[in-house]
Amino acid sequence: MAEAGRRASVRFDAATLDYHDRRVWSDLSLEFDEPSFVAILGPNGSGKTSLLRVILGLTPLAAGTVEVLGQAPRRGNPGIGYVPQHQSFDQDLPLRGRDLVQMGIDGHRWGVGRPSAADRRRVSEVIEAVEATPYADAAIGRLSGGEQQRLRIAQAIVGDPRLLLCDEPLASLDLHHQQEITDLIGGWQRRTGRTVLFVTHDVNPILQLVDRVLFVVNGRWAAGTPDEVLTSERMSELYGSHVDVLRVHGRILVVSESTGSGFELEEPHHLPEIHPGGPPPSPRQAP
Amino acid sequence: MNQLVHLLGYSFAQNAIAAGVVIAIVSGIVSRFVVARNMAFAVHALAELGFTGSAAAILIGISPVIGLMTGSMITAVFIGTLGVRVRERDAVVGVVMAFGLGLGVLFLTLYPHYANVALSILFGTIVGVTQSDVVLLVVIGALTLAALAVVYRPLTFATVDPEVAEARGVPVRGLAIAFLLILAAAVAEAVQVVGVLLILTLLITPGASAERLTARPGRAAVYSVAIALFCVIAGILLALETNVAVSVYVTSLSFILYLGSRFLVGPILLGREQHRGP
Repeated sequence: MAEAGRRASVRFDAATLDYHDRRVWSDLSLEFDEPSFVAILGPNGSGKTSLLRVILGLTPLAAGTVEVLGQAPRRGNPGIGYVPQHQSFDQDLPLRGRDLVQMGIDGHRWGVGRPSAADRRRVSEVIEAVEATPYADAAIGRLSGGEQQRLRIAQAIVGDPRLLLCDEPLASLDLHHQQEITDLIGGWQRRTGRTVLFVTHDVNPILQLVDRVLFVVNGRWAAGTPDEVLTSERMSELYGSHVDVLRVHGRILVVSESTGSGFELEEPHHLPEIHPGGPPPSPRQAP
Repeated sequence: MNQLVHLLGYSFAQNAIAAGVVIAIVSGIVSRFVVARNMAFAVHALAELGFTGSAAAILIGISPVIGLMTGSMITAVFIGTLGVRVRERDAVVGVVMAFGLGLGVLFLTLYPHYANVALSILFGTIVGVTQSDVVLLVVIGALTLAALAVVYRPLTFATVDPEVAEARGVPVRGLAIAFLLILAAAVAEAVQVVGVLLILTLLITPGASAERLTARPGRAAVYSVAIALFCVIAGILLALETNVAVSVYVTSLSFILYLGSRFLVGPILLGREQHRGP
């Protein structure tokens, strides 16, 4: 599938993943070239996070192979940056955003370690690039969700990764901050020409950025451009029941005729009003 | 005061202070991880089963320090291998602790002079440590500090940010077991000063106070060690002067310092850090 001269960031070949005795997904064969911005979509429990764990070398496949940046997956691959699913820090934890970013450089090395002047400069640069300088020296547990997420992204990109994995980075953020974080990740991807795998249950906030979509549901999958995958035919095929894909005001809604299938296709609170050109709703007004 | 100066000339007082310094440094650093990893309950189990170990040691006539160390190490291995998940961990700690403490009671009943021994292990004996025990405590303390120095950075990473640490190749699970062993050694040390029942005064309070004083991890470690050192040394000196048990002073001092850090000094220092920036 790869054309000459293009590099695959991730390549799956007949990959199958089991979780305990349950088959999560099977026979996954696809390839994401560099550069690309890939949205990994699907309902909860469809194995999106597991897919990232396979790429990180933390979960082995039951069958098939995966290649990450041209090699077998391995733990601690320095070519990968990782933004995990949101987890807040204890507010009394003595840890600054600056320390968190520093860990992205050398946190895995043995010893006590004092950061070198070059490392410290690099950390400050990246913090500046994600516009987190004003609060980088405050206790991280006392920052807002959006501020913590900026510092997490700084931590993930400080090692200049070829592949950035983001697991639901917009969850628990209000619309305004969703947009900021989206711009931040999209801007990094365009500037560097690297690959981003972006796990989300709602494609709309990142729709303008995405050039490839992987939709996983019920052990089945579909991949391609958003226009190829996000159609009523493909989605109905995937879900195994009639599903409508609606495009409303530039947003894509996946709606099933009954919710009795056990899958939450689209959470109602992710269907906000649109403010074309107007100011984003303030966090306090958001429901 | 005269009595104190006079007593400091004796080797038992010097022994106590030498051991106290090492124990305080170890406790200060370890307590920060105990607080951040929510391991208060595990500390208690390690200490109480250390008690079982030292009761067994006395029964067969070897150094109670070695018995204590062995008891808490074995417990650390049990907790580390049986309690993988956090929720599971507390259950395993409880199960192992109850059984082990029962054994301790048995050993003490078998030993004729058990009341005295039990009292000193449960409430601290530092002023009574022998020369050979001091050497043992200093060696264990030095090894513990060396082990901590090796794992310090990845252990911090695994403690505050486990998902990313794991993705970056940090052996999170192995470090959890390594830390339990380090903790077991620290417990065996701290028991010498404050005893099994008051162990948390050295393995929680300094770390808990330090996090109220700063948002910087490096400074928090320094503050925690300073607090532990002050409590232990002042406690030993006061005990020599007054003949009241060391643990009485250490627990009171560390409690006062905690309150002071939280309500008095902490808000001022944290405010200043925010003000000055980096």
